[in-house]
Amino acid sequence: MSTVVEAAAKNGKPRHRGKVRVPTITLAHGGGGKAMHDLIDDIFLDAFDNEGQAPLEDQARLSLADFAAFGDRLAFTTDSYVVKPLDFPGGNIGKLAICGTINDLAVGGAKPLYLSCAVIIEEGLPVETMRNVARTMAATAAEAGVKVVTGDTKVVERGACDKLFINTAGVGVIREGVDLGVDKARPGDVILVNGLLGDHGAAILNARGDMSLTTAIDSDCAALHGLIDTLLSAVPRTRFLRDATRGGLATVLNEIAEAAQVGIEIYEDRTPIRSEVKGFCEILGLDPLYLANEGKIVCVVPAEDAETALAALKSHPLGKGSARIGEVTDHRPGRVVMQTVFGGRRIVDMLIGEQLPRIC
Amino acid sequence: MKYVDEFRDPEKAQFLLTEIRNLMPNLLKGRTTPIYIMEVCGGHTHAIFRYGVETMLPDGIELIHGPGCPVCVLPMGRVDDCVALAHMPGMIFTTFGDAMRVPGSKESLLQAKANGADVRMVYSPLDSLRIAKENPDRQVCFFALGFETTMPSTALTVLRAKKEGVHNFTLFCNHITIIPTIKAILDSPDLQLDGFLGPGHVSMVIGNSSYRFIAEHYKKPLVIAGFEPLDILHGIWMVLKQIAEGRTEIENQYNRVVPNGGNTVALDAIGKVFELREFFEWRGLGSIDHSGVRIRDEYSEFDAERRFSVPALKIADPKSCQCGEVLKGVIKPWDCKVFGRDCTPETPLGALMVSSEGACAAYYQYGDIEKVHDTRALVEEMV
Repeated sequence: MSTVVEAAAKNGKPRHRGKVRVPTITLAHGGGGKAMHDLIDDIFLDAFDNEGQAPLEDQARLSLADFAAFGDRLAFTTDSYVVKPLDFPGGNIGKLAICGTINDLAVGGAKPLYLSCAVIIEEGLPVETMRNVARTMAATAAEAGVKVVTGDTKVVERGACDKLFINTAGVGVIREGVDLGVDKARPGDVILVNGLLGDHGAAILNARGDMSLTTAIDSDCAALHGLIDTLLSAVPRTRFLRDATRGGLATVLNEIAEAAQVGIEIYEDRTPIRSEVKGFCEILGLDPLYLANEGKIVCVVPAEDAETALAALKSHPLGKGSARIGEVTDHRPGRVVMQTVFGGRRIVDMLIGEQLPRIC
Repeated sequence: MKYVDEFRDPEKAQFLLTEIRNLMPNLLKGRTTPIYIMEVCGGHTHAIFRYGVETMLPDGIELIHGPGCPVCVLPMGRVDDCVALAHMPGMIFTTFGDAMRVPGSKESLLQAKANGADVRMVYSPLDSLRIAKENPDRQVCFFALGFETTMPSTALTVLRAKKEGVHNFTLFCNHITIIPTIKAILDSPDLQLDGFLGPGHVSMVIGNSSYRFIAEHYKKPLVIAGFEPLDILHGIWMVLKQIAEGRTEIENQYNRVVPNGGNTVALDAIGKVFELREFFEWRGLGSIDHSGVRIRDEYSEFDAERRFSVPALKIADPKSCQCGEVLKGVIKPWDCKVFGRDCTPETPLGALMVSSEGACAAYYQYGDIEKVHDTRALVEEMV
């Protein structure tokens, strides 16, 4: 372990920071010697420099009082990010790694405070790529008001990982009185989403370039804690929130139906999906309900709070496209049913494996 | 979405449903069984479930989900051959996405990939040819499968490979043809069918004259239909109308895409590259004469079966599977002994559970809601 965060000053004098003077990262940068220190200094400290953190230690030291000021419970989460390609329209792996972990904290009703950042780099990665990712992470964290306070760097042989893997863990504090849970959905509750679904999944598939489609779809990657804070302030009785990442909307709805043993009914014509994403899915034989999102939450709220919740979501820049897409029912517990645009009904099941494009 | 939403209009659907309901009393007079209509094509099956078309139909009409999912009807022995090819040293094996999960006797292509084979998903055989040109020191094999819909693009790829002198490209040919298969279904003694929805995309290539024997010899109506839910509903109405009026004809609902004579450029390419096999094995249906094609001798250098040694072992379908009976409409998916128990989309035993176009997987995942629910409840009680 090596700390990423060091104080810029030691014994009152500025410490000399190392520079990486080669274009690509090699195994030497993971060896624990000068090359590694140069990499940490030049890339990570340069990006994540936090004042007031303990210098040169193997752990971040955080004041309990700072936590207690915000609520009565800690939320703690971790997630690993392995996206291909590293850069995609609307973001890169760094933005994803910050937003994703912030969102995992926020959907529990927590105020995100501190993150860690561990990177596993495949030898041969251009230094500039790593620098760009680190800077994006720092900028995203700063904008979100969270601090990256500890980290780790490993370099592995070519083929042992794919360019760059990032793990971020996060801690936050849950405000008093908020108690969200997947099993709390009750028949009669209303289901809301905060905007267009499937953009991230479509953007990533499109960015891989296999399809030679020229449609521009940007990932919706965003930190949602501000939006969630707005919602929870307006409707503290909110039952449940979850970010609809891998497996998309369909997966989250199935998780709710299963955990709370309720039925869920959604309406295809009220489910917001942009026409570019629909067209993309038509061509490939994919279902947008299963496409990943990185800036969308599914909200379950009591029916009497539905209008207040929708108005709160819409009042936030990341919730302008919010919509009420369905209801929780007592019909067929454990199942998600969709009323199709055509007027028929279908079951929306959990995906078996990865969604694979259909032959014809 | 332009040019798509028009074909999903719920008001027009209600209009057609009213027309269909009006036909029903006369159609059912004197019958003890419902009207059985088979959609031959897997694309139709997918759309029927995707839009819940079946849940909208009045009582007295049953849709039989036919054999038109090329991924589903592929026998296990052929998948084993794919896996063997994929594991050959230096081989890059390319395939359409939904063929990745089809179980072989030991591995699927997805498992072969996890176990070290270089299996790559492509969207067109031309992608495969491009990979061959980019990797001149490796062999690249394309898993060619599908009905006449995908055959032209494979044929054109072979013609281009020949013209460009690409020597490290082959295909493992599993293309099948629709007409002998419909004939085999019609000849089956336990069949109860009143009419067909004909495959839109296949017909775009082969035209509509090839279906004439169905109307003339077997006296069944067939309506070629498109893949949007309104197309399907319209097609069903046209079949019912023929029955009501005592007609048996080949009609074309999908005339915005299907020319009566088919696509001669595509047919020429198919004719140049492929010839009929004596017979081809189908999962669930057994061997059907002249139902598959292979590569002609002039293009044998592109034929993986001739260029490499493939095991070519025949693997019998699991005994407990009743895919054949489901395909012919003799039983419904949920009547099968293993449906939802030993045979699920995660661990498919039978062909029809493999792809979302397969009748069983479609019922399992999208559901005829009440029936699936009942079956699942039943299954859960029994387990």
